[in-house]
Formats: sequence, structure tokens, C-alpha cells
Amino acid sequence: MSEHSLHTPESLRSRSEEITTGLPPLLAEAEHLAATILLGEHGRKRAGTGDEFWQYRQAEAGDPLRAIDWRRSARADTDFVRQTEWQAAQSIMIGLDNGQSMTYSGGDQRPSKLRRAQTLAMALAILAVRGGERVGLTHLGEPPRGGEAQLIRMAAALMDSSETVDYGAPAPQVMPAGSRAVFLSDFLGPLDQIEKALGQAADRGVRGALVQVLDPDEHSFPFDGRTYFESMSGALNFETLKASALRGAYQARLAKRQALLKDMARNTGWRFQYHMTDGPAEPALMWIYHSIEKGGA
Amino acid sequence: MGGLGFSFPLLLLALFVLPILWWLLRAVPPAPLRRRFPGIILLLGLKDEDSQSDTSPWWLLLLRVLAVAGAIIGFAGPILNPAPEAENDGPLLIAMDASWASARDWQARLDRARLLIADAGRDGRAVALVQLTDLPPTTEPQFQSANRWLARLDNLEPAPFGPDLVVAAEWVLAGDDPAYQTYWFSDGLARTGRNDLQNAFETVGALTVFEGESPLFTLGPPRYDAGEVIVLAQRLHEFDAGDLTMLAFGLDPAGIERELARAPFAFDAGETTIDVSFDLPAELRNRISRFEILGNRHAGAVALTDDSLQRREIGLVAGSAEREGQALLTPLHYLRQALAPTADLLEVPLADLLPANPDVIILADIARLSPEEDAAMQDWVDRGGLLVRFAGPRLAGSDLARAAEDPLLPVRLREGGRTVGGTMSWGEPKALRPFDETSPFFGLEIPEDVLVESQVLAQPDPSLPERTIAALADGTPLVTRVRLGQGQVVLFHVTANAEWSSLPLSGLFVQMLERLAVSTRPITPDAADLEGFTWVPDVVLDGFGTRRDAEALPGVTGAELANDPLSERLLPGLYAGSDRRVARNVLTAEDRLAAATWPSGVTVEGLRIAAPVNLAPYFLMLAFILLLVDSLAVLWLSGRLRNISKGAAIFIAALLAQPAEAQQSDDDLLALLATSEITLGYVITGDAELDEISRAGLYGLGLSLTQRTSVEPATPIGVDLERDELVFFPLIYWPISVDQATPSDAAYARLNAYLRGGGMLVMDTRDADIAQFGATTPNLRRFRELAAPLDVPPLEPIPEDHVLTRAFYLLQVFPGRHSGRTVWVEAAPPDAEIVEGMPFRNLNDGVTPVVIGGNDWAAAWATDEFGRPIYPIGRGYTGERQREIAVRFGVNLVMHVLSGNYKSDQVHVPALLDRLGQ
Repeated sequence: MSEHSLHTPESLRSRSEEITTGLPPLLAEAEHLAATILLGEHGRKRAGTGDEFWQYRQAEAGDPLRAIDWRRSARADTDFVRQTEWQAAQSIMIGLDNGQSMTYSGGDQRPSKLRRAQTLAMALAILAVRGGERVGLTHLGEPPRGGEAQLIRMAAALMDSSETVDYGAPAPQVMPAGSRAVFLSDFLGPLDQIEKALGQAADRGVRGALVQVLDPDEHSFPFDGRTYFESMSGALNFETLKASALRGAYQARLAKRQALLKDMARNTGWRFQYHMTDGPAEPALMWIYHSIEKGGA
Repeated sequence: MGGLGFSFPLLLLALFVLPILWWLLRAVPPAPLRRRFPGIILLLGLKDEDSQSDTSPWWLLLLRVLAVAGAIIGFAGPILNPAPEAENDGPLLIAMDASWASARDWQARLDRARLLIADAGRDGRAVALVQLTDLPPTTEPQFQSANRWLARLDNLEPAPFGPDLVVAAEWVLAGDDPAYQTYWFSDGLARTGRNDLQNAFETVGALTVFEGESPLFTLGPPRYDAGEVIVLAQRLHEFDAGDLTMLAFGLDPAGIERELARAPFAFDAGETTIDVSFDLPAELRNRISRFEILGNRHAGAVALTDDSLQRREIGLVAGSAEREGQALLTPLHYLRQALAPTADLLEVPLADLLPANPDVIILADIARLSPEEDAAMQDWVDRGGLLVRFAGPRLAGSDLARAAEDPLLPVRLREGGRTVGGTMSWGEPKALRPFDETSPFFGLEIPEDVLVESQVLAQPDPSLPERTIAALADGTPLVTRVRLGQGQVVLFHVTANAEWSSLPLSGLFVQMLERLAVSTRPITPDAADLEGFTWVPDVVLDGFGTRRDAEALPGVTGAELANDPLSERLLPGLYAGSDRRVARNVLTAEDRLAAATWPSGVTVEGLRIAAPVNLAPYFLMLAFILLLVDSLAVLWLSGRLRNISKGAAIFIAALLAQPAEAQQSDDDLLALLATSEITLGYVITGDAELDEISRAGLYGLGLSLTQRTSVEPATPIGVDLERDELVFFPLIYWPISVDQATPSDAAYARLNAYLRGGGMLVMDTRDADIAQFGATTPNLRRFRELAAPLDVPPLEPIPEDHVLTRAFYLLQVFPGRHSGRTVWVEAAPPDAEIVEGMPFRNLNDGVTPVVIGGNDWAAAWATDEFGRPIYPIGRGYTGERQREIAVRFGVNLVMHVLSGNYKSDQVHVPALLDRLGQ
């Protein structure tokens, strides 16, 4: 697991190698994660096209002969028609931040933030596909689709993380109206872009969840002594003589940013949660799933 | 002595640099740590509040300063207890008491003296060493170069007696204007003349006295009191304490000296003496030859016993039945009175007495013995018994030894006896004539009131004078003696009661019995007691309390033995007289230890040597360790150690926890491995190649056993004789190599326990190729050394009908890699006989505890793990045949050790079948 904890561009010798080696573990991990949650399709509580039985009703004029349920009709004097519940598929768009900051991991035993975000995204996609929904990635110019093939496509696209900027920002290219969306990021980048994206989504009736994936080190800031900090790309740097003295200020800024994000989400009908990479992924997936389901209900 | 010195004290000035170093270290901040961190965006714009707070913490600074200080001090060359400068020149005399009391810390004394002499030698001083127990014949000390004395120092030995300090003082002052410095090694005991000698030494020069601090415990002569043996133990100082144990040594029935009894004791607070008592059965008590204090090696801690402790068993038989109410008239009354304090009396009929084999039998007025008793009695005397007979009316009236000599009477008797000085006779009662020199009674004083009224008379015979050992004033024999075989027969021509004479009433009677060794002396003998004999030393003690054969040491007279202080001529030891042995111990019963006291002006030093210790390596090591700690601390401070630290902690904890557990589990593992299946063992000799041969050999043998028999041994286990428990192994193979270490006493104890518990030790000298025809090889010599402490029964070459020859295969040769050399096993009991109609003798039960040979069996058995032989044996087919026979011998060995004499019992099968067939 540790050799996959960091997917840096340098470590990927070629795209094909990356797909063949990275996909099965990612898929397996995501499948494993998805298996912990059972869900059904989103029933519409009315008759329509679908697989689930809804009700029997007396046949009326105009009902095709094929619709008559002969077994039920044989037990009565009149003919009955078997109706199924109307089921409609949701579209779920998943946005994944693949900026360089996401490749950070504070410890050998912890997955990088990107890795955890990829796992969550894939698990969510698997859940959705199993539930009959359609899924897609926001930064691909493709509409959401269902089916196992879409999972493979998504996995391949998720692994393509050749981003070079320090902090990524959600830039949704496709966002069908009324769909659900999930943004997975550390949200350390500029907030205005996030606000803009959320605004666009709200305009189109898209609701969903912001999941801030953080490394525990980013939360607790366990540094002291004279330290020379660099961003992941090396573009930013900062030197302190006594890192421990900055801990309070850092944590205050982080809390403030999280509060801002929460506000932003609430204003647009979204939900916000943060997730630490040292914790298990299941609760986060659970939370995402429920927040999407609630948004749709 | 003592204190701390420096080789390069000036270097210590560098310590003044330390404050500057402190200031410098504080001023320079540590190097920054580069760290990638996405959260940097939240840090941008923050300011450090305190520009000073980045310096190293104070304890780190302290660590570094200490490290530098350690290095500086280390290079300055600190030395603990630097050798002192010599204060004196001129000749140096080292006087040693060299008494038995010095033996307790003799080595420490020699070491101290060696140091002093070496010091003097460095200063070019002449040295003389004098043992005060052995003053040189010259009037002055022989001053020689220090090196000569150093070479002779180790040959010095303490004497088993004390020095005569008065003579020594005279000797010191007798010199021609002596002037020298003196180091006097005192033994710490108060002795007459100690102050004289001290004054003498001080007149000729400076004096320093050395005294050891080790405790001194001594034993007085053992004495017998109310059924117990009591030994007086003393200590020199009241603060000498410790758990002490007194041991009693003596011969066991097999004639081997052993510890017979032990008694732990401890002094009461404030007491310097204690009576330690041994309550032992008479049999055991009589065998005790000496007492020792465990762990004290000097002559004072050894107390030899002599005849005084040995209570003889004396059988008393009287002719006439005792008449009630007339105790004083019974023939035995006075004998009982005389003998009871010093001997164990047996008063049973003669028929029961002889089988008890007493030391002495006294017959009071018994004339005739039955022919059976007579023969048994003669036999008993012949074997060393002492028969003492007293005359009386019956003897006088019988016709015993009238015409011919009776073997159980020393002389022929005339009929009737005679009475002198009685109411019906003329003449006076006769007194005793003084004992002549050939008589055992020589030297005893004869009281005037001992008078004889009646006696039996001896027939005048040519041999009568030489048989007479006591006579009356008119020359008629009173006591006669004749030797018969190893024993003797003594006849008192008077009665044992006061009817015929007043002899039994006198003290002389008791002394005469003592002289005849009928009884033994009750207390310390005085000069009169010992007078008249030359006492020849039998066993003497040296200063360390070791017993030595006296060899050709000259004898001493009784007076000297009783009165003279111990000296070169009169060493402590066991002195033999005519019929008895007297022990002269270092301390007499009256001697009490007292510590020497020195006037306040005398310098008294201990023996402890504080050798110079170079401390530089310790300081440098300390500095190095501090620097290591410093680098670790820096790593930790900078956060780089965080991930490592957890692992390191676990690693260190594992290191700490490991040894104890490993040892524990090791023992358990061995027990588990060896007992879960049949496991053959081999002794780890320390020679890796040899051990591998043993292992492979037993492995190969195990394979053969598995294939051929129902025995399926597990992998063999190497046993370390020093550490491992042996009882788990049915058979242990012990190849002998010249280089292997001799096992410790504890290991031998374990080996002997193993042998006694039914284990089998196969000892293989592996030299049968060169050791034939009686040649001695190095392996054989080593084997003898190794096997000497083993409790091995009598051995014999494997007889043709030994169970080993048919335990599984029928064999008559027992080859290994070599084919030769007889193989030795426990000898069959001498009474094993061939029974008519049986092919084999009915041999001993059990398993021979040892099999000893030199055929290098392991090499013949050895196979690799697939069963292929490793070592070539012999040549071609013959060699393979030899290997096969060797394996068969191995199978027989294991079968023998596992099934014992089962095959031996097979001889009874026909008889059993016969009986069952009925």
C-alpha cells in the first residue's frame, strides 16, 4: 500500500503502466469500500418503468394484452395489470482536486490525500453504478454514464493526475441540471474559485457535498524548531525560527477557512465535511452517500 | 596512597574555555530544517514573535559542555591512587610473622609484599625478607637486590606454628649496628614479645606494620562430653561474623575420606567463643579424623582428633552371676567404673558378644570356654582383638593351662594360686615392683597403698620374663601378656574386684587399662601420661591446614609433646606412640585468641592494595557517549527522530527483555525437545568439527534405528555439560579431544548423578588406530584426566556373554571407524556363574553406566541428512561391512540402554515355557 500512497508524476513511467498497475488496487480498494454500504435505487413512489413491483390494478381499456398479469387474473373474475414502480436514475458528478498539494502525506503509513480522495471518489462511483445511477467526472468533457464500463473509464481518468500547480480548484466542465455533485479537495487553494464553482452549481440546481481531505499534520501542525517550509512544487516558501510558536496561528487560520467553506456550502444548499487521512474511509463515504441522498430526496 | 592525580595538569586550564563555549553555542542557532508542507499557504504572512527562542535548549548546551569537559579531563590523564613518592632510602627489611594465622590471607600478604619490594627495587634499595617463624641463622638480615626476593616470594609458606617474638627481638638487636627501615606483616594475634620486637624494630629504623582485615576463626581440640563431640570455635574479633560451617571428615567404610557430618554455627553477639557439638552415632564418631571450618584455609581452622575421641567398644563378661545387693563385690563393678567414662560397654553373653566384634573383651574370672566359643575367640584375637582376662577363684580352681599352654592365656598357671598376707598366712601383702622399660606401663607412678593379697601363679617358663609386663615386689608376675596373631591376650593375675588386691581401687588400675589401650585417655594428656615413649609424627599440618605425611620427621619425647610450644621440631599433627595416637593441634583447649594491640605511635596499614587506575579512557568514553547522545538529541529536536524513536524503543526494550527470557526458554526448550521423543545426546567438546561428527554420527545412528527397529529417535542434541540438564538423555556420546575443557565440579556432580540414575555415557577416545598394544596416546591421557572424577564402577572388556553382544544383533566385535582396542563396560559381579544348561551367565541387572572405547564410532555412524555415509571406513567391501557392524553395535547400544537386561533375562525363557506348559 505504501508504494501507492503517493502518486507523483515522476513515479509514473507511462500512462499504460500506471493504468495496469494502479487500477486494480484502486478498483479493488474502492469495491471493498463500497461493499460496506448497501443501497437501493431511488424509488419514485409511483407507478412507472422500473424493476420493482408496485401494484396490481384492474385492466382497463387501452391496456395492451401483454401487460395483463395472467397469474393474478386467473384467481379473480377480472383481469389485472401488474404495474412496476417508476424509477429514475440520478446523475452524480465527482470533482477531484489533483493539484500537487494533494500528493502530500505526513507519514509513511498514511495514504496521500490524493490517494484517499481517489479511493473515495471511486467507491462513490461504484456505489452509484450499482444503484443504477450515472456518474461522471466534472473535469472530463463527457456526460455522466452508468454501467461497469464507466467505472473503468473513470478509474483511468482519476489516475491521470499530471497536474503541476500547487493548489487545484474545481472547474466543472459538465454539470447536468438537477444532478448531484461531490468535490473532493484539500480546499487550500484560492477560495474565490470554489465560491464561483458553487455559485454555478447552485444556478443549475446542482447540490452536493464538499469534502475536505486533510493530512493529520496539516491539522495539528506538529513542527517546531527552525524550519524552512516549501510548497509541494517548491514555488512557495516560508522560513520560521521557531515553528512551534506558529502552531496557534496556523490552526486558527485553518479553522477560519473551514468555517468559510461551511458557510459557502450552506448558502448554496451544499454540505461540508472534512476528512483526515489517518482515519478510516468508511465513515467519510457513508457521510457523502447520505448527504447526496438527502439532497436528492 | 589514595587520591587523584593528573599526568598533564596544565591541560586542565582548558576548562576555562568552557564558559566561552557556552556563550558561543547559545549564539549560533541550529541549521534550519527544510520541509515540504502544503499548509504553507496558511503560514504566509505570519511573523516569529521571538527571535531568541530558536537557540538550543539549555540541557543540550550542558550536554555539549560536559562532553568537552570530559574530553579535556580525559586528555589531562587522571590517575586514581597515583603511586606515592618513596620516603626513605637505605635498606628495607620485610618481616613477616608467617604463622598459621597469616595463612588466612597469605596471598594478600605476598601481593602487598611484592608491591613493597618492587617499589624498593625501583628506588634501588636493598631488601631483606625474614619470616619470623624461620629466622635466618645469620645475625643480620641478608640484604639483596629486590629482584632476587621477588623471584623467591612465591615460594614462601606460612608455618603451622607461631613465631617466637622474644627470640626475634634478640635477633634484631644482635646485629652489628643495624639500621634499616622495617615493614612488619603481623598476623594480628597478641603474642608475648610483640612489644619487644616492635621496640627493637623501632630502634633500628622506621617501622610500618601491616595487618590484614580478614576474619580469623579457629578450632580448639575436640573433646567428648556426655555423648557428644564438642569443638570449641573461636573468633579473633567480635565483629568477625558470617555463616560458618564446621565439617567433620573421616574415612567411610570403603576407606575413602569423606565429609561425615557438618554443623552450621554462628557466634552470639559479643561472644568470641562458641561450643559446637556433634551428636553422632558411635560408629561415625569413631571414624572422624579431623574437624575443619568450611572455607578457612589455615592450620588453626583444623582440629585433628586422636584416640581420645574414639570410644572403644568393650565387652564385659563375668563368670559368676551377679548377686543382688552386692554390687561392690561383683567382678565387674570396678571395671565398669573405670571404663564407663571413656568407652562403650557391652554386657551380653559371650555368644552374642563375638559377632558384635568389640575392640576389647574382658573376661573376669572365666576359666573354660566352650570349644566353639574358644575357636571364635581365638579367631577374634587373631584378627586384632584385645582379650583381657582377670583371675579369680574359678580360674585358680580350674585345670586350664596346667600342662600345656592355652592359646587364650599368656602363661601356664600353677594350681591353686597363692595367698600372702591373709589372716591364715604368714607374710605381708605384696606391693608392686616399679615397671621396667619394656613394659607398656613404664612411667606410671605406683601408689604405695596398692597391695596384692592373693594371685594366681604362673609356671616358670623360659618365655615368662618377656611376657611379664608387671610384677610384684618379689618378682612374681602380676600382669602377663602374649601376642596372638594381630591381637593380644593380657592376664591380670588378680581379680577384677577388690577381693584379692587393692589394685582395682587405685588410680593406677585406670592408667594401666589406658596403657593397654583398653580405654582411652579422657582428657588432654599431661606429661606424666605421655612419659616414657618417643612419639613419632604420623600426620602433620602445614600452615594452610593441609595434612601431610610426616615421612621422616624425628620423634619427640612425651614431655616435649605435652608441654613444648609448637615449633619447627614439634609441628601440629598426629603423633603415634606404642598403642595410641595423640593429636597436637595448633590451639590447645586453654588457648584463647586475642588481637594484637599497637601503641599509638606505630603506623598500621591494611593489606589492601590500591593500584593506580588510569581514568583517562573512562573520561574520554564519557565524552564520546555524551557527543553521541547530543547528536541523537539534535535529531530528536529537529523532529527527524520521531518515526525512528518508536522503533528504537521497541528494539531497546526487546534487547533488555531478551537475555533473561532466552535463558529461561532455552532450558525449557531443551527439556521439551529431549523428553517429547527419545533423544540421543552428545557432549559438546568445543571443537566444532568434532561436535559435527558427533551430531552426524548420532543422526546416522538414529536413521538406522528408525529403519531397523521400533526405536525412532529424534534429532540428536548437543549437551553443554556446564549448563544443560542431562537426565533427559538415555545415552550421551562423549568423544574425547585433547583440547576440551575439564568440566567444573558442578558438571561432574551432574554427570555422576546421571550415571547413578541409569544413564549411559559412551566415552570414545577415537584413537584405536594408534593406541593398540598398550601405547598411550594424548587422547587416552586426556581421557584419564576427564574420567578421574567420574563415579565409574569396576570395568572389564566386554565379555562374550554380555548383553551388548546380543541386545539386537549378535556381535562379538565392536568396530567404529577403527577396529581394535577392547571396549570396556561395567564388570560383571564376581559371583556370576555359568548355570548348567544355560548359554550365558546370569549377569548383573541394569545397564552398564559407561562404555569406554576408542573406535571412533560416531565417524562410522555419521551420515548426511539423506542417510549417505560421510566418512570413509576401511577399504571397499570390507570397509562397508565394518560400517555395518559399527551401526549394528550402535543399535545394540541403544537397545541395551533402553531395554536393560531384557535379553539377559531371555535365558530364563526355556524354564518359563516349561513351567507354563504344565
